[in-house]
Amino acid sequence: MKKIFTRPEALKDAPNHYCPGCGHGIAHRLIAEIVDETGIRERVIGVAPVGCAVVAYDYWNFDCSEAAHGRALAVATAIKRLRPQNIVFTYQGDGDLAAIGTNETIHAANRGENLTVIFINNAIYGMTGGQMAPTTLVGQKTATTPSGREGKGHGYPLKISEILSLLPGVCYVERVSFQDPQHVLKAKAAIKQAFLNQIKGQGFSLVEILSPCPTYWGMSPKDALDWTRDVMQKEFPLGKIK
Amino acid sequence: MSEKRILMSGNEAIAEGAIRAGCAFYAGYPITPQNELIAYMAKNMPKAGRVFIQAESELAAINMVYGASAAGFRAMTSSSSPGISLKQEGISYISGAQLPAIIVNIMRGGPGLGNIAPAQSDYFQATRGGGHGDYRLIVLAPASVQEAYDLTREGFALADKYRIAVMILGDGVLGQMMEPVTLAGKNAGKPLPKRWALTGCKDRKPNVVKSFFMAEGGLEKANLDLQKKYKIIEKKEKRYEGLFLKDAELILVAYGTTARIAKNALFRLRGKGRKVGLIRPISLWPFPADAFRMPGRKARYLTVEMSYGQMVEDVKLSSGCAEVDFLGRSGGGIPGEEEIVNKVNRMMI
Ligand SMILES: Cc1ncc(C[n+]2csc(CCOP(=O)(O)OP(=O)(O)O)c2C)c(N)n1
Ligand code: SF4
Repeated sequence: MKKIFTRPEALKDAPNHYCPGCGHGIAHRLIAEIVDETGIRERVIGVAPVGCAVVAYDYWNFDCSEAAHGRALAVATAIKRLRPQNIVFTYQGDGDLAAIGTNETIHAANRGENLTVIFINNAIYGMTGGQMAPTTLVGQKTATTPSGREGKGHGYPLKISEILSLLPGVCYVERVSFQDPQHVLKAKAAIKQAFLNQIKGQGFSLVEILSPCPTYWGMSPKDALDWTRDVMQKEFPLGKIK
Repeated sequence: MSEKRILMSGNEAIAEGAIRAGCAFYAGYPITPQNELIAYMAKNMPKAGRVFIQAESELAAINMVYGASAAGFRAMTSSSSPGISLKQEGISYISGAQLPAIIVNIMRGGPGLGNIAPAQSDYFQATRGGGHGDYRLIVLAPASVQEAYDLTREGFALADKYRIAVMILGDGVLGQMMEPVTLAGKNAGKPLPKRWALTGCKDRKPNVVKSFFMAEGGLEKANLDLQKKYKIIEKKEKRYEGLFLKDAELILVAYGTTARIAKNALFRLRGKGRKVGLIRPISLWPFPADAFRMPGRKARYLTVEMSYGQMVEDVKLSSGCAEVDFLGRSGGGIPGEEEIVNKVNRMMI
């Protein structure tokens, strides 16, 4: 009998700590599948964020580094420069990549570092209890915007992917979503592209994933998926940005 | 390797020492008075086939050093006081993850933006922690350009040996003054094999470099491991220079640039028959407590610093003397030879 669904070798056989319906688990698996498919498990090095995915290295079955909150791209820059034969990627939430780490993000991109960035946009700070993220939508209620985010004063949803796409050092930027299985497959194709770009030495590639956080959106997992499709996408349109 | 003596600034000597010690990665951000160091690295690291990055901030630079070290390479960053404050996050993570690294602080005046005059007022920050958590750095304080070169090389060996961050603590005078240097000296040793490094998990289980220990008891165990390591370092790695300690009735205590001034004062005072000695701590952590614990000694101590007495506490603790005299300035002033001589003369009446 042919086995058509199995755990990728790049994923450990370990129960994860994510909430039901969370997008992090899907993203971890997609990365693991791609690592297997491209045959890079023995030379890939992941850099985990500070955020809900802080212990991503407990789930991935390959070398990983922790980075301080927001500094993943500084850490990854050095690893890749010293080990150009290795495939180095960062995995970062919106707070990590687009608030505390904006400087590291923009400058790594601007230097055209040959890196792959998986950017989980869940419009919220998950790990610390549902506070406003730079990507939180206008009107969205969070622990620190109890009456809903207002653009003036709180800031507007930050479109970091569009900003990065303006930089000459950046090779590829695409925004994808986990809203339904078809879109998950599209997301996988984009992530794969971002890894292949690095393997071919083409430079800085980033995939932004609209990823559900049912817990701090205060929704069921199903409603959270629909919200990424019906609401989030209006602010963050899908597709290839660069 | 050339045994020729060449004229260099302290900043350049540290940079050359690092390159000759096999430093594979350097990242820094410009700040006076250590700009000659970053410029030297920009020019000479690529020539030696190494990686040089001008980072977007000191925060990025230290986190790059974290990555470089995690990848198994010898790595260094340098800065001056305000930039070192910014690096404290990364220094704490490097310490928690037990990564070897070299951090150079060519101190200037503070607090705040302070000024660009030489100072020694980051002593507490360097020796007590600076960042969060229970950690220590090995802190080495050169007093000459030659020693800046030698201690940088030795720093790399210590960092590898103990998987610890080593700080080279100098000041603006040392960084910018020119002296002849012999470019050989103590061996920095071959980089040790780093089985924990991130290289890709070929033929082994995956490695993880981290400072995060959430499981019950995990962090306490990691911290106890650090403490064990620090105890060994305290035992084995104390360094100092002692002069005329046998019969000294008054002992000057000074490190780095102020130790040079104190030494000049000492020779003048000895010339006048004053029984004065000098302890020059070379490792500020671990502090050379043994130098203060000679049986039967009844000397008084006078610390001389370019700070308002940050080292006095360590001298008190090491010597057991409740009263330790102090002469110091910071914010632009350097305690002069004359001032030291006069103070000693007043103390020894
Ligand atoms: C320097 C620092 N500041 C703040 C925190 C606390 N903190 C941890 S995760 C986080 C935000 C995480 O949000 P995000 O990056 O969007 O990831 P998510 O948890 O949503 O996946 C914050 C503020 C920290 N660990 N370090
Ligand atoms: S809080 Fe949100 S982002 Fe974090 S694990 Fe739960 S659902 Fe996922």
